[in-house]
Amino acid sequence: MTISLSIVLWLPLAAGIIALALPGALARWVSLLGAAMVLAYAAVIAIDYDTGAGGLQYVTDETWIRSLGVHYTLAVSGLNVFLILLTAITFFAAALWVALKDTDLPKPGLYAFLMGLAQSGVLGAFLAQDLALFVVFFDLMLVPFFFLTLVWGGPDRGPAVLKLFIYTLVGSLLMLVGAIATGVLAKAGAGHHVSFLFSDLQRAPLGKGSQEWIFLVFALAFLIKMPAFPFHGWMPDGYLQMPIPVLAVFSAVLSKVAAYGFLQVALPLFPRGAVQYQELLMLLSLASILYGSAMAFSTSQVRLILGYSSVAQLGFITLGIFALNQQGVDGALIQAVNHGLVAAPLIFIVALLAARSGGSEDLRDMGGIAFRAPILAAVFLVLTLALLAMPGSSNFIGEFLILLGAFKSKLAIALIASTGVGMAAVYALRLYIRSMHNRVGPKVESRELSRADGFVLVPLTIAIVAFALYPQAALHAGERDVRARLAPVAAVQHGGAADLAAAVRRGASR
Amino acid sequence: MTSVLATAKGPYVDWAALSPLLALLGASLIVLVAGLLGARGAREQGVPLLTLVGFGVAIGCTIWQWDTQKNVISRGMSIDRLSLLAVLLVSVAGIVGTLLAWRSRAAKEIAHGEFFSLLLVSAAGMVVLAAAENLITTFVGLELLSLPLYILCASRMRSERSLEAGLKYLIIGSVGSATMLYGFALIYGATGATDYAGIASAAAKAGFNDDVMFLTGVGLSIVGLAFKSSLAPFHQWTPDVYEGAPTPVTAYMSVATKVAAFAATIRLLDVALGGAFADWKPLWEAIAVASILVGNVGALGQTSLKRMLAYSSIAQAGYLLVGFIVGTAGGVEAVMYYLAVYLFANLAAFSVVIARERETDREDDIAALRGLGTSSPVLAGVMTLAMLSLAGIPATAGFIGKFNLISSAVDGGETWLGIVIVIGSMISLAYYLPVIATMWAGGDPAPARSREDPRTGLPVLAGASPEADELSIEEPLDGIRAAGIEVTVIAAILGVATLVFGIVPQPLFDLVDGAARSLGLS
Repeated sequence: MTISLSIVLWLPLAAGIIALALPGALARWVSLLGAAMVLAYAAVIAIDYDTGAGGLQYVTDETWIRSLGVHYTLAVSGLNVFLILLTAITFFAAALWVALKDTDLPKPGLYAFLMGLAQSGVLGAFLAQDLALFVVFFDLMLVPFFFLTLVWGGPDRGPAVLKLFIYTLVGSLLMLVGAIATGVLAKAGAGHHVSFLFSDLQRAPLGKGSQEWIFLVFALAFLIKMPAFPFHGWMPDGYLQMPIPVLAVFSAVLSKVAAYGFLQVALPLFPRGAVQYQELLMLLSLASILYGSAMAFSTSQVRLILGYSSVAQLGFITLGIFALNQQGVDGALIQAVNHGLVAAPLIFIVALLAARSGGSEDLRDMGGIAFRAPILAAVFLVLTLALLAMPGSSNFIGEFLILLGAFKSKLAIALIASTGVGMAAVYALRLYIRSMHNRVGPKVESRELSRADGFVLVPLTIAIVAFALYPQAALHAGERDVRARLAPVAAVQHGGAADLAAAVRRGASR
Repeated sequence: MTSVLATAKGPYVDWAALSPLLALLGASLIVLVAGLLGARGAREQGVPLLTLVGFGVAIGCTIWQWDTQKNVISRGMSIDRLSLLAVLLVSVAGIVGTLLAWRSRAAKEIAHGEFFSLLLVSAAGMVVLAAAENLITTFVGLELLSLPLYILCASRMRSERSLEAGLKYLIIGSVGSATMLYGFALIYGATGATDYAGIASAAAKAGFNDDVMFLTGVGLSIVGLAFKSSLAPFHQWTPDVYEGAPTPVTAYMSVATKVAAFAATIRLLDVALGGAFADWKPLWEAIAVASILVGNVGALGQTSLKRMLAYSSIAQAGYLLVGFIVGTAGGVEAVMYYLAVYLFANLAAFSVVIARERETDREDDIAALRGLGTSSPVLAGVMTLAMLSLAGIPATAGFIGKFNLISSAVDGGETWLGIVIVIGSMISLAYYLPVIATMWAGGDPAPARSREDPRTGLPVLAGASPEADELSIEEPLDGIRAAGIEVTVIAAILGVATLVFGIVPQPLFDLVDGAARSLGLS
């Protein structure tokens, strides 16, 4: 069957523009309809994608800006096929949340438009097969979040939103120079016109010096976006001020774009940089794991617990990627999907907890919420166990593979990192026990999930369980592409700069 | 009889090639006379309309002559793609400036005929400057553009700030002109030529690297040009003049002057003195870095939107310099591209400032924008796009412009200047974004203009128009309480242009294509 990626890419924005012109309730439902159609399309793509063949499929290739050599090239690969599905799922859940729960949201048309723009931006970053196009979408997807926080955010949103936006755009702007330099410098090596296509860039590797600084620039942008220690300064403010459905998407999806960026851009294009700075990146990941976990079990703000747990989880993902071997990267790839699936519903749970504890999002005001809410407790428990990577969950497989890869490459770092698994259990269970059990909080009124809550949360939980039962889907789909992206790195590791070009060609043809 | 005619034949004038310039000069005369008509309607509506027609005819002639490439007036000017592009950009800025000034108080106080006539003369001066291929023509063009602007800056005759801006601009601008003229004299002394081609061949032949007179001449010319393009450290006049001048004049001046000054700088430095350019590169690099830093840091914490935009224009001029320093065809075209993009975004921002100046009594204070996202989503949307474009965020034309500039910098082996641009952009986020935040974050909107206007009732000045006396104390600043439909429409058009050229940039690339090749750059 023919699948046009342009449709799936621009459908959310189109729905958003239609919603902008419509009155209140209608705008919410149009937005939901758009998200549902994208979800259906993404599901079709995930099923139809030929995992046996791997590589780029459903390629759309047009020239966008002839004078700059920028192409509008989209494709699905084994790396992004499940991340696209994850994006579609979380945005659908967020739209459902707004349609069913936030019915008194002011300016619903503008909200729907911005969410549509955000989804198109994220999908574009995943689908882009041109470095310049990737940078465009990477920056673009931030813009709607700026406005979403600015208009619908918490009471102290003013300074927070500026901090968030400036932090992340600083990374993106540096990345812009890196991307342009990659394209222009590769032109000299390849002797053709400037081209930013990943396939062209990979065929003309840069010199060692250029690779190193450009790699650092990209790594910085991705680490800020994740966020990773010590570039997480924007995270507490951003997490506390964003409205719930916006935060759910932000936490679940945007950090994954950064992880995906490492796999799609940093490893294949700058293998020398990746090898050179492997230890630096692994140490930063380790610091993120330890710092994130420690902060997550010492703060009492539920949103911040989830925020810092993201820092730790993203640390694991980065650790897996920079193990620079098949197991580590495979693990990082499934863990990216896992964390997205878990993070979004947990953010929704925050809102439910706050609604039951007198509006407070502080653990000290909670406790005993499970008392009259067995279904809520069950759903929350599944999420908690997934978050702490209980054996049997797909997160367990992800973390296991990541640590396996890390053990193979840097034993000492992996040993320390494995304590992060234990710490995850501490903060996840602390969150669950202190909110749901323990002494009943002063203003706590326990009540069951409403039907609307159930519509949002239960399917997400089922998705987690389903993925836990069959994680091979993502593993199998990603396998070939991971190997192709790792081929340049492997060539650098095993000496022979001369072999590099040959290895790249082999990798690309595989 | 025929033999007499043959001997009396005057010098050949290529009227067709000069037609865009003649259209502007002719229109300025017609407008000046039309301003003397008795009927008030003819003065207040007819004169701006004729001005628009004048700019329109100039654009028409430009399109007609688009493929012309020849030297005219004894090699004094070159009508080529670069100068025609400058005519196009200046005329667009002129049209926007006319529409913004249509119902402004400035045009009423100084009388419509004079105001719009001066606007057209300054545009003609910009065209001469952009096309000049001779030191004398360059200077004539420069003064032809500057003198009307000095007057226009002071055209709000009852506003002390406007008069102060005019005076300041006159004094500092004259110092700049004098410096440049001195530099030109020294260049002439060293090379014995005033036309650029002659200077270039003399410089190539003698290799003036150690000639103190030549180098001093070039140095002084650079300082003069830096004064005119408001580049640091010769920028001090900019914030005061931008803030004090009537806002439509500021809007027009901020973009049109830059177009002409950069076209002239490219012609003089990249082409005529291209051979000796390596000697001057460090100086230009220092000016570019200083402008980017001073402009961006100076704009932080400004509460007056006009001052903020003034500092931002210094920074933007610094970005433009990068393309010029690279000096390749790609660099020059990137400069022209960025000028076009900057024109849309900056004029859009000024349109919104004017609309708010008329609707509230907060003048150009950033507080005038509060709650605009709710009260007037169109204007707020335009301002948002303008700020995002100036900051260089994707999906706006400014992003493509910056991409293009950085790309040319990397291609020309000046990657570090690309990084300086990006560092400047990072700083700029800290003042562009709060403007957006003010509009969308809610809060009480700025109150509508009250009846009382403290700034009227100043003494009437000699030379003011008949209408100036009629502007009674009760009448608000611009005689209207609404932004005016033409301001909203022009703002919307500029905002849409900023968005569309950010998504479909190729037409703009096709427009600037060839601007550098017409100069012989590769």
